[in-house]
Amino acid sequence: MSGAQTPPTEQAAGTAADSPPVAPERSWPLWEVFVRGKRGLSHVHAGSLHAPDAAFALRNARDVYTRRQEGVSIWVVRADDITASSPDEKDSFFDPAADKIYRHPTFYDVPDDVEYL
Amino acid sequence: MYGNDVIDPNVPLNAAETAAYDEAAAHVEGRAVGEASAEGFDALIAADQRIEPRDAMPDKYRETLIRQIAQHAHSEIIGMQPEGNWITRAPSLRRKAILIAKVQDEAGHGLYLYSAAETLGVDRAELLDRLHDGKQKYSSIFNYPTLTWADNGAIGWLVDGAAIMNQVPLCRCSYGPYARAMIRVCKEESFHQRQGFEILWTLMRGTEAQRAMAQDAANRWWWPALAMFGPPDTGEAAKGGGHTEQSMAWGIKRFANDDLRQKFVDMMVPQADKLGIVLPDPDLRWNEERGHYDFGDIDWGEFWRVLRGDGPCNAERIEHRRSAHAEGAWVREAATAYAAKQASRRQESAA
Repeated sequence: MSGAQTPPTEQAAGTAADSPPVAPERSWPLWEVFVRGKRGLSHVHAGSLHAPDAAFALRNARDVYTRRQEGVSIWVVRADDITASSPDEKDSFFDPAADKIYRHPTFYDVPDDVEYL
Repeated sequence: MYGNDVIDPNVPLNAAETAAYDEAAAHVEGRAVGEASAEGFDALIAADQRIEPRDAMPDKYRETLIRQIAQHAHSEIIGMQPEGNWITRAPSLRRKAILIAKVQDEAGHGLYLYSAAETLGVDRAELLDRLHDGKQKYSSIFNYPTLTWADNGAIGWLVDGAAIMNQVPLCRCSYGPYARAMIRVCKEESFHQRQGFEILWTLMRGTEAQRAMAQDAANRWWWPALAMFGPPDTGEAAKGGGHTEQSMAWGIKRFANDDLRQKFVDMMVPQADKLGIVLPDPDLRWNEERGHYDFGDIDWGEFWRVLRGDGPCNAERIEHRRSAHAEGAWVREAATAYAAKQASRRQESAA
């Protein structure tokens, strides 16, 4: 899910500091939209939108992201509520997995003539 | 050849249906899987990998993207107006339903793009302010009026056709959220171009007056559509110092304006023949040596004039956009008030 690493917490890290004063609609929170394409698939990040509340976010998500039957189910999540790993810590954060190559089946030497292994 | 021909369903009508689009889409999928170990912005760009919102990136890259994506988003929502102008006058219920769906798509495209721009740390409301204040531009094609019903056909066929040609390479743009938005947009543009072609196709098989109307619309939209690819940026013109070189190095832009324009002309000439429409360019002819169509000089003076604000509809488009925004304020305020009331009720009942 490539979109999962793009929650809008980066808004704070971006240029929000020099934004002009907040007008009413600016206070509408950002919602991340996840769409299940069809039964049997997981919800996948589709994009984001602004809405005053969850019910509106869901309706707007339907209109913006599923105009052509792209989905059978939608989740909307307040962007503020998503906690994301930081790309700066990518190495140290994911490193523990890299040195445990014995977790992969190809690590093991087995005779070539054993079937179904 | 006024109309005994039928459209061969196997011939791609636009770039979103060609191998170029499939390649771009496959490229995206392939890249997502083959996550490289490249580190840092330059290494990622060199490895043709995606830059994602939280990655470090040069300020200039961020600025360039914000400017380009915002201008693109503005074009989508301003682009609702020329065709929206005809919703109440569409010639049949079928055409009306199609036109409404198309105009709604343009709004949707604007939203995908504003959403992509926001991942760069800019607020959508701020971008809209910049549009309303004339600080950011939109494609100057939308400053031309839609005088007859046939203009809706010409816009779909020529303007959306040119947009697709421009946008398919953007599906491979180095900035992830922009590229993903463009994939979605390109898929939908395909319907736009085909419905435009069909409007003209129908008119060209109609009465003498209908054929004349279709021809007139093509006459008026052909040159502005060619100008949509932007000023010349190859050969001598490349030395003028536009954005092209840097944007290409950053993988934001994949082809020069002139190359895309040539591809567009090569694609449209046979389609015009099929329609029975004569493209308004006496210099248009096949060049055996180059393997491309030669075409006449574009009036760049007009392009710059219109872009700077002196087009037939500049003032009208912005004024309409501003008033639509102002007149919708009460809806946004009511929704905010309702959300606040519901939230406080929930708090009370929880207490």
